Amino acid sequence: MDVIYNLIDTILPFDWTAYIFMKNALLAVLLITPLFGLVGTVVVSNHMSFFSDALGHCALTGIAVGVMIGIGNYMISMMGFALLFALCISAVLETGTSSADTVIGVFSATGMALGIVLLSAFGGFSKYSAYLVGDILTVQPAEIALLLGVLVVVLILWVFFYNSLLLTGLNEDLAAGKKIHVKFVSRLFSVIVAVIVTISIKWVGILIINSLLVLPAASARNVASSSRGYIGYSVLFSMIAGISGLILSYELGTSAGGTIVLVSAVLFFLSWLWGRCRRGVR
Amino acid sequence: MQEKSCRCSVEIRDLTVKKHDGVILDHINLSVHHAQILALIGRNGAGKSTLLKALLGRIPYEGNVTFQDHDGRVVEKPHIGYVPQQLAFDRSAPVTVCDLLCAGLQKRPVWLRPKRAMREKAASMLQIAGAREEILDRRLGRLSGGELQRVLLAFALEPMPDLLLLDEPVSAVDRKGIQQFYDLVTSMREEYHMPVILVSHDLSHVQKYATRVALLDRTILMEGDPDDVLRSEQVRDIFGLPVGL
Repeated sequence: MDVIYNLIDTILPFDWTAYIFMKNALLAVLLITPLFGLVGTVVVSNHMSFFSDALGHCALTGIAVGVMIGIGNYMISMMGFALLFALCISAVLETGTSSADTVIGVFSATGMALGIVLLSAFGGFSKYSAYLVGDILTVQPAEIALLLGVLVVVLILWVFFYNSLLLTGLNEDLAAGKKIHVKFVSRLFSVIVAVIVTISIKWVGILIINSLLVLPAASARNVASSSRGYIGYSVLFSMIAGISGLILSYELGTSAGGTIVLVSAVLFFLSWLWGRCRRGVR
Repeated sequence: MQEKSCRCSVEIRDLTVKKHDGVILDHINLSVHHAQILALIGRNGAGKSTLLKALLGRIPYEGNVTFQDHDGRVVEKPHIGYVPQQLAFDRSAPVTVCDLLCAGLQKRPVWLRPKRAMREKAASMLQIAGAREEILDRRLGRLSGGELQRVLLAFALEPMPDLLLLDEPVSAVDRKGIQQFYDLVTSMREEYHMPVILVSHDLSHVQKYATRVALLDRTILMEGDPDDVLRSEQVRDIFGLPVGL
């Protein structure tokens, strides 16, 4: 890590990079934001923003399960519960008995309420309320390595499965005609969302994690006309919001996660105006 | 010579689809041979779309569907070209015609710049389907109904399918576009000999373009030459007066 810290000191010799926790936070932002920018494009295209929001809410139950069975690292219990939750939602949705928003709404409320009840019964809810807003300044080098690993895996999946995800999101029957295993691709994506939401929740927070997933992709849709532009703009907006939000939060003394989301929201409205102007010119 | 020796076909045997509220399709038996356009007709809710979904592998079914290639060999994993009624998709999606065609052609993700050869291939696919090359960089949501159907036909025809499914393919197209679309499908069938299943409510199109007709109502009520089926009492009961009379 020392080599990387020295590199940051050389390239960015500013006040805000003088502290180790800010260097760690910067590295985490440089890894999390492209990850969210990439995955967010499919979340938005496939109308799954409510789904990823529900996964964030169920993290509380994952923590509660970890407290109950005495696991020191809550990420394991959160990950296990999020995967179970994601696959259960997918399985219920596939039966077609209720609309997607109803099914996800039921699971989301259940996951949140169960987490609150279990935590208040077993461990004291206030002890874990920090997960609601998260704190990227607490990220540790081992966790940065984990984020790097997840980013590499998602990039590999994006190389091999992006076309299948695109066609499945566009129209499932059309995708099935091209021998794409629609159910497998949908479930694989649910698992990806569950994994990235879970590993990031400690630093981003349950309440705003979905904004980071949705806003950059939604902004990219305002200005992109092709898949390449969509992904490029989404990653770019996500990284701009992440880095500038982190610096602003240091200068203003505000919460990093919240500031990043606010910058993302400003970018969304700017991109919306840009998109409208471009369409007006055409 | 090639047409006479071609043995590609689709054999549907005892295909049954059950859902919790009953039997949707009951022992469907159909054969579609090379260069045939089999029109599937029937009242709303007769199971036409369910049969197409079963053939696409989207819903489980009992029975067998066997595909044979030009030499009569069984094709284990067939290519099925599918042109849906009206593509239900988000029209604001940032997906171009080139993205769609390339995503169906290659594993290389479409978020990387397409190789020149792939773009040329996509352009030639459009040309074959009677569409202009200039629409390659246009968003799918900005295409007219006729342009979108041609793009979907181009998408369905590459790689050359073992079966082409057309589900009310011209419902969003104007009169001139409908004629052009069917003329195109007819010339494709003559050139490439693939079996085609066409679902249509418009019996005048069925009479003009189909080579065989099957009347479906949960099961196949009758199958035969277009003239014979369309003039039958059963068709008259369901659709009213027979075509051309």
